[in-house]
Amino acid sequence: MEAIYLSFILMLSIFLGFELIAKVPATLHTPLMSGSNAISGITVVGALTAAHSGSPELALWLGTAAVALASINVVGGYMVTDRMLAMFKKKG
Amino acid sequence: MTSLNIDLIINLAYIASAVLFVFGLKMLSSPATARKGNLMSSVGMLIAIVVTLMNEIKLPWENIIGGLIIGALIGSIAARKVEMTGMPELVALFNGFGGASSLLVGLVAVYAATNTTFTNITIILSILIGGVTLTGSLIAYGKLSERMPSKAIQFTGQQVFNGALVIAILASAVMFIQNPSADSEWLYAVIGLSLVFGIMITIPIGGADMPVVIALLNSYSGLAACAAGFVLNNNLLIVSGSLVGASGLILTNIMCKAMNRSLNNVLFSGFGAAKVSTA
Repeated sequence: MEAIYLSFILMLSIFLGFELIAKVPATLHTPLMSGSNAISGITVVGALTAAHSGSPELALWLGTAAVALASINVVGGYMVTDRMLAMFKKKG
Repeated sequence: MTSLNIDLIINLAYIASAVLFVFGLKMLSSPATARKGNLMSSVGMLIAIVVTLMNEIKLPWENIIGGLIIGALIGSIAARKVEMTGMPELVALFNGFGGASSLLVGLVAVYAATNTTFTNITIILSILIGGVTLTGSLIAYGKLSERMPSKAIQFTGQQVFNGALVIAILASAVMFIQNPSADSEWLYAVIGLSLVFGIMITIPIGGADMPVVIALLNSYSGLAACAAGFVLNNNLLIVSGSLVGASGLILTNIMCKAMNRSLNNVLFSGFGAAKVSTA
């Protein structure tokens, strides 16, 4: 039942994702890509959960690596997007 | 607090995060609100992380906080130091790390004792998509930063090789799912083959088309996070992952149209007869 319920959520979010972005000016292509890339770093939440299930020892360290990698994606992603957008503002 | 209360708070916070992501993405697609939109989505992320940390009392704190700090430091230094012209390849690199993380989340889940067949399928998907995202992004990074030749790389028998690769991945996946265990050599076959597959789908594409490829790989990393969400039964991962997956695909399409190309043309021009298109 859980699987059905989660697939239901999946379907709705896919439709939402498709509808969300309709017209994007060309200058915003790269920032939008970068910004949504930062969101895909949400896997950090999964990594946090994975790290705590840490038995055996190896799983703990794999989980820790997952946390570190995902937080590079999240923190770096948001910061670099902000820098890109800040530059547009100066120009305009 | 009882565990029911904590569960309720976590899920309410996850809803708030998801809403912030949706509005953030929406605002990112208009110049006037873009910067605010990015900020909103980062607040959503912060809420999600903090609330998830609240959940577990027996967390291995040293590892988790250590991982978070190291990642945040590397990410922020890279984001601050990069030149404006180097930003797209940095995004590719970040994207690859996100994929690697989803791969590892899938791998760790294999150690859990009680996995249903459905969970095992999602574990394989998480590893496969994460692996393809990782090496695909690394190649995109290499091509954009000119650490490797940016022209399309082709060789005779490439299509046959790639076809064999897909069949090998499917076969290894089926073998693993039938007899799942952390020491299964089929598991490592899936990891290795998906890493190779990520390389193979990116090398036949020329450097000029790399931004489109990065947008597509970004969509993949969303799907990888989504698969990881199914592994862990985490609805926030599923919602955000599929949001990124779907909107990334639309963005990829929009970017292709802006270049007067079709997505197929970008992805497969390196394979077929059209050698001119890589110019």
